Amino acid sequence: MQTGSLEHISDNNGPIIEVQDLVKKFGSFVANDHLNFTVSRGEIFGFLGANGAGKTTAMRILCGLSSPTSGNATIAGFNVYTQTEKIKRNIGYMSQKFSLYDDLTVWENFRFYGGIYGLKTEKIRERTEELLGRLGLQGEKNKILKEIPLGWKQKLAFSVAVIHQPKIVFLDEPTGGVDPITRRQFWEMIHETAKEGITVFVTTHYMDEAEYCDRVSIMVDGKIVALDTPLKLKETYRAASMEDVFLKLARAK
Amino acid sequence: MKGFIIKEFYHIFRDIRSMVILFGMPVVQVLLFGFAISNEVKNAPIAILDHSNDYVTQQISNKILSSGFFQRGDVVRNEAEIHEIFKKGKIKEVIIFEKDFAKNLEKNREAKIQLIADASDPNTANLIVNYTNAIVNNYQQEYFDGMALPVEISTESQMLYNPGLKSVFMFVPGIITVLLMLISAMMTSISIAREKELGTMEILLVSPLKPAQIVIGKVLPYVLLSFINAITILIMSYFIFEMPVKGSLVLLLAESILFIVMALSLGIFISTVSNSQQMAMMLSMFALMLPTILLSGFIFPIENMPLALQVLSYIMPPRWFIVIIKAIMLKGLGIQYVWKETLIIAGMALFFIGLSVKKFKIRLE
Repeated sequence: MQTGSLEHISDNNGPIIEVQDLVKKFGSFVANDHLNFTVSRGEIFGFLGANGAGKTTAMRILCGLSSPTSGNATIAGFNVYTQTEKIKRNIGYMSQKFSLYDDLTVWENFRFYGGIYGLKTEKIRERTEELLGRLGLQGEKNKILKEIPLGWKQKLAFSVAVIHQPKIVFLDEPTGGVDPITRRQFWEMIHETAKEGITVFVTTHYMDEAEYCDRVSIMVDGKIVALDTPLKLKETYRAASMEDVFLKLARAK
Repeated sequence: MKGFIIKEFYHIFRDIRSMVILFGMPVVQVLLFGFAISNEVKNAPIAILDHSNDYVTQQISNKILSSGFFQRGDVVRNEAEIHEIFKKGKIKEVIIFEKDFAKNLEKNREAKIQLIADASDPNTANLIVNYTNAIVNNYQQEYFDGMALPVEISTESQMLYNPGLKSVFMFVPGIITVLLMLISAMMTSISIAREKELGTMEILLVSPLKPAQIVIGKVLPYVLLSFINAITILIMSYFIFEMPVKGSLVLLLAESILFIVMALSLGIFISTVSNSQQMAMMLSMFALMLPTILLSGFIFPIENMPLALQVLSYIMPPRWFIVIIKAIMLKGLGIQYVWKETLIIAGMALFFIGLSVKKFKIRLE
């Protein structure tokens, strides 16, 4: 796996996520303080920060679930104030809970999630074969999800999030609770997805995972305090690992 | 949307707990209330202490024992034994004839019977004493038939709408109400809370589905199942307890659907304020079950409640629904007699829908 190489990212169509001076306030509390960043097509963008730093709030805005207090943001060319429906159609989302239905089979889960994105059954069937084939899990198609191990569930949840071939997939701490080997395999999956041109926007609190991202932003108290490739960040902050970078930034405040 | 509803049915049919609540409960409840909990007196064991033992007391005793309401229990030989026999709990009532009963009746035109009942169960005690009185009065009329009484006021009562005073007539409307309330509200609130717990709600909210679609997709299966339940209860009470539907069946079913929608919107509201299945279940239990049973007039007459509880009962949706179904089933009345109650339930439905939509939006923010 290569890190820090940007060659698969094509910037010719302009950025897929554009955020300018984004502010979100809850009463007098400022959750997001003038965020500015852009994400390019096919990029793996790491969105880092301690709990309560404002990651989730920003992510909800980008997913069209809530409106910013001020500032501008466009997702896949659509405005977060006025075009949330179109945004939702063009993104995929996976949460840390690997949200699949435990009492449905793998296929029923795929069919349901494909269905809510308006895919035809034929198309869902085709995509399911393709995605399960890639995971080598065709044999599990008719198993009830309860019987499937956590690591596989995680991969299935990711497959479900990209079943409708979204332009961007948002991953909210997608590797919580799984072992290091499974985590590594999962990141390989993310890289393959990015190569297909799907942009990956990922939050994590595992700093070693930040190394797998093309670029990383670090949020502290609602502000983005650093944004660059992992390599450059380590140079700038003269740190041996992303973990050190993060600790230096978090302490500096 | 279709996929959504199919998925919801999978959830229900694959969960034993849901299945039991949905299909076991109506059957069990109807049978339980219909057979076990009964306000009628049948073959109540009584003891007769006859100090006179003449032909009149014999006749009265026979009349009482052959009425079908009573049967002879333990024997009591003197007053001292009465307390003992009640303590054993096997006797519901002791009837004591005074000495020289027939003689007194002839001479003084007055003879005394004492009735002692076990009032640890006041309702039954009341009924038993009333029944006994009625039988004695009846005998008295036969006895004095032809003889001139000094003064006579006789009352003749007629029990309208439920001439047999069958308690099942009172319970069936109540059971329908309780079950519709419980299934509609509890099942939806639990199923929405479950989506939140699993985190699948997040995915649904991020998807292009509109909140209204999510809500409709979640509740539609329960509307259908509750409706099937209501029909099951009606069929059961018709065939097992001979409970009639005197009014329009269409009106009854339409009112049921309205009530189901109200209960569902209440369920959605509960789910918006609870984050786990447990909490949703507890809320439905305490906020719905108990008031439905206690304050709706299902078991305890509202007129007998303290004023504060009477006022509280006005805001209980089941109270109004019970009035409606009793009017339709027992009295055969039409919409012109229940439009007020119908409007109240419709208003409540709108209120809860409005409240949930508002809550839902706040949560999204």
